[in-house]
Amino acid sequence: MSTLRDEIEDLYAAYVDCLDGGELDRWPEMFTDACLYKIVPRENFERGLPLALMLCESKGMLRDRVATLRRSSVYAPRALRHLVSNLRIKTVAPPSPQAPNPSPGKALEGSIHVEANYAVFQSLVDQPTQVFNVGRYLDQLVREDGQLKFKEKLCVFDSVLVPGSLIYPL
Amino acid sequence: MTHAWPSADTSRVPFWVYADPVIYAREQESIFQGASWCYVGLSAEIPTAGDFKRSAVGDMPVVVVRDRNGVANVVVNRCAHRGVQFCQQPFGNAREFMCPYHQWTYNLRGDLVGVPFRRGLRKQGGMPADFELEAHALQRLRVAERHGVIFASFNDAMPTLEDYLGPTMLEYFDRVFDGRELRILGYMRQRIGSNWKLMFENIKDPYHASLLHVFLVTFGLFRADQPSAVKMDEHGRHAVLVSSKGDQQATDATAEMKSFIADFTLHDPTLLQPVREFPGTATVVMQTIWPNLIVQQQSNTLATRQLVTRGPEAFELVWTFFGYAADSDEMTRIRLRQANLMGPAGLVSVDDSEMMEFSQQGVRCSPGSAAVLELGGRDCDDAPHMITETAMRGFYKYYREVMGLSAASA
Repeated sequence: MSTLRDEIEDLYAAYVDCLDGGELDRWPEMFTDACLYKIVPRENFERGLPLALMLCESKGMLRDRVATLRRSSVYAPRALRHLVSNLRIKTVAPPSPQAPNPSPGKALEGSIHVEANYAVFQSLVDQPTQVFNVGRYLDQLVREDGQLKFKEKLCVFDSVLVPGSLIYPL
Repeated sequence: MTHAWPSADTSRVPFWVYADPVIYAREQESIFQGASWCYVGLSAEIPTAGDFKRSAVGDMPVVVVRDRNGVANVVVNRCAHRGVQFCQQPFGNAREFMCPYHQWTYNLRGDLVGVPFRRGLRKQGGMPADFELEAHALQRLRVAERHGVIFASFNDAMPTLEDYLGPTMLEYFDRVFDGRELRILGYMRQRIGSNWKLMFENIKDPYHASLLHVFLVTFGLFRADQPSAVKMDEHGRHAVLVSSKGDQQATDATAEMKSFIADFTLHDPTLLQPVREFPGTATVVMQTIWPNLIVQQQSNTLATRQLVTRGPEAFELVWTFFGYAADSDEMTRIRLRQANLMGPAGLVSVDDSEMMEFSQQGVRCSPGSAAVLELGGRDCDDAPHMITETAMRGFYKYYREVMGLSAASA
């Protein structure tokens, strides 16, 4: 019988698969309609500065990100590989009939607060593979139609300096 | 490699300016450490006495620190003793700076105030009797501050910042920096594998913006057929590109632009719902201030972009996004949302960072070739449109003067 942990690990495996496998159209579908996705450098996070490199405040904005990088952005071809580890299930908040009221660092009602480490390797033409981005996921998961989905996904990356461009979501 | 410019005017730019280490070294000396006001930060980053931040002028590391009199000081981040980069914290608050290696201690103005064992220990050792603390201060730069923006210079004979900018550029500078208190929203930093000048050129080149940036073109944020202008200071070293937002519609201009995608619409259009906040009709003003600052106002997303050189073939771009202290929460949300357009992951600006690297890859191996900048003529005059490369020609006109470079036949 699969446990909650198994289910969460499967979700992260599927998430990585979707990004690394180029199935970006599936990426927004792993989030709830009302969602929050952010990529934040550690310095902003630690100093309480609100700026994000990517900020998607709805599933629509996630789709717009994908559409933009498919249809309008110009960039060199690249392969990305995510490694996710040290998955921690921090809190499981009981469901509540009230609408969730997100407050940073606290589990939403009815949500599961998960943290994990990630590393993203990037391979560009004419260059050896580089460590592109390393950081933590600080996520809120909820169950929607029986499926676990991301209600919030916050990627806080350690090196504040991005090599080149950050094209694809982390 | 001889450094003779391949044309009398600046309609040609030799590719050796982008990769030659000799040129790079001369740029550090003549431009960044020469007669320039270099951007180092915003006052709002160091609001109270003792607040400091690390910054850079060219590739020279500096510390910007507010002293007890409330004045911003800029010192080279290099101990006068053995050259140690004593300040390693990106931001902080200090009563004084102490080099960790031998504990030489400096006040917030950079004066050396303490040297351990200066008088020796038990009558042994110590500094010579004629050793003077005053002779070993941190290297200090001149500082100019206007409306919350801090500039520094290695040159002791600089004109005022206002004279340096000139009346036209000052007007645009004061448009965003109008004296209101700023609020820092956060940072983005990226290292781009190209020469720093390609970044500066990029913001002086409206031609590419109406072609490369499909997103801007499609959603009418910056387009060749909108009222626009390119203006410079009298030297051609600073410039602004000014434009106004239009609608997403096909015109005779879009027919020339393969980049216009008529059926591209956003699922969540809140990203493109700017609020009018500046006087006049311009919705985009991109200003380049020689030699290391870009001031970005695209709709409601405001940022300074500081260029930090890292050798001839790399630079760091430090984006400091800000709003005004009096902004409503909603206005802050709008600014943060529109920041999606910009930065290392910007819906628009990734095109630029990628293109600069493509440029570097192309020019690196061909120092004997040159760029062709003839759009809009070969002069360096202001233009009431954006079908021109005039601001790039102006930039290189001034660059040649400062660098002491001239044409082969001149």
